[in-house]
Amino acid sequence: MTFVSRGFKGRRQVEAAADRVPPGQYVTDDFPVLSAGPTPLILTENWRFTLITEANEELTWNWDEFQQLPHEQVTVDIHCVTKWSKLDTRWEGVSLDTLLAGVKTSARFALAYSHGGYTTNLPLADLTGGKAWVAFNYEGAPLRPEHGGPARLLVPHLYFWKSAKWVQGLRLMDQESPGFWESYGYHIYGDPWKEQRYAGD
Amino acid sequence: MERTAVRGRLSWLLADVVELIPETPRVKSIRLRVPGWTGHLPGQHVDLRLTAEDGYQAQRSYSIANPPEGENVTITVELVDNGEVSSYVHEELRVGDRIELRGPIGGYFVWEPARGGPLQLVGGGSGLVPLMAMARSLGGAAVPARMLVSARTQEDLIYRQELSRLPTEIPDLRVDYTLTRSQPDGWKGYARRVDRAMLGETTFDSGQNPQIFVCGPTGFVESVATILRELGHPPERIRTERFGPTGG
Repeated sequence: MTFVSRGFKGRRQVEAAADRVPPGQYVTDDFPVLSAGPTPLILTENWRFTLITEANEELTWNWDEFQQLPHEQVTVDIHCVTKWSKLDTRWEGVSLDTLLAGVKTSARFALAYSHGGYTTNLPLADLTGGKAWVAFNYEGAPLRPEHGGPARLLVPHLYFWKSAKWVQGLRLMDQESPGFWESYGYHIYGDPWKEQRYAGD
Repeated sequence: MERTAVRGRLSWLLADVVELIPETPRVKSIRLRVPGWTGHLPGQHVDLRLTAEDGYQAQRSYSIANPPEGENVTITVELVDNGEVSSYVHEELRVGDRIELRGPIGGYFVWEPARGGPLQLVGGGSGLVPLMAMARSLGGAAVPARMLVSARTQEDLIYRQELSRLPTEIPDLRVDYTLTRSQPDGWKGYARRVDRAMLGETTFDSGQNPQIFVCGPTGFVESVATILRELGHPPERIRTERFGPTGG
């Protein structure tokens, strides 16, 4: 028996948006900022992105090398576990397929790690196949520090805490290891369409 | 950073609305009794879920305003322009109604007396809510604590009377205020946005190694957290929670 909130009518999404908004989400035009600590200021001249394989082999790009890689422009919908969704956001970045192209790995999982100590875990299969990017431009301008600039992970098919701000690298692993929010009771995978907000959802 | 054990599944619970307390013209506290509530830590939040007759649902997150007290959970809700859930809470919800929630959620932006001090709280607008749960939990803990509170006007200052009373009940707590837009006659607090000088004058210095909690609108938190870092506090001692202009 479903509970009904007396007198609640609600403001439904317009029809066109309804099939793009996962359950329990609402659409916003803002870009709210959510971070657990202060915003780190990272200069691009000091910026590095590092892939560490399960055999501890490292592959590192500095900012200039990273910018030499093929860029992709994508327009995606993003969904934050705090309930807001934002439609048609435009990003530019480097596909994880490009970054992983020369890497020998049989790892099934990855842990993204960031300046400031933030981490988040993802299956490697969710980072490949045109589903994930390291993004440095948002709406045609350099990504602002409070939104994760100079560069953040962009994995729009999962809740947005998986799109690690200020991303520094990826550690490829044979075993899944919970990241920051995943250790505080948030869902290990985080599929917005299955409403996997918290552990056990 | 410390870790807590991953909990089991968070089930939806039916809470009874016990009392509605107007805090300001746009902010209301809702006292709930939640059968089955397993307790919470100051700083955690709940998800509220509303269901219409045709099954349509809306959810929002709200910080818990009270310290742990059995099955009692108090949330404080600001009315957001066109806010789907906040307008229901403000205009429709009555004592005796029931409302669905689940929680507690979040384990990083939390503090309890056992974690010791000094405790530094910096809150802007309705960002005061989770900080108030921490301040209310101080009791006789003998933890040195300071709170810097920013509001636009005196009328916008939530928990005003309780805040003025708390330091008389808790001698280790000091509360400073700034009103950024307008001030009443005879105002003795600050009268500007929080800045470096104000934080230097009112907060524990980095040598005292306080645990710092900052909550408020994004611009407020960005600015306060950046200045605190410049004042020498290590980033891992500064925990933040930001309230965007949306929410609803």
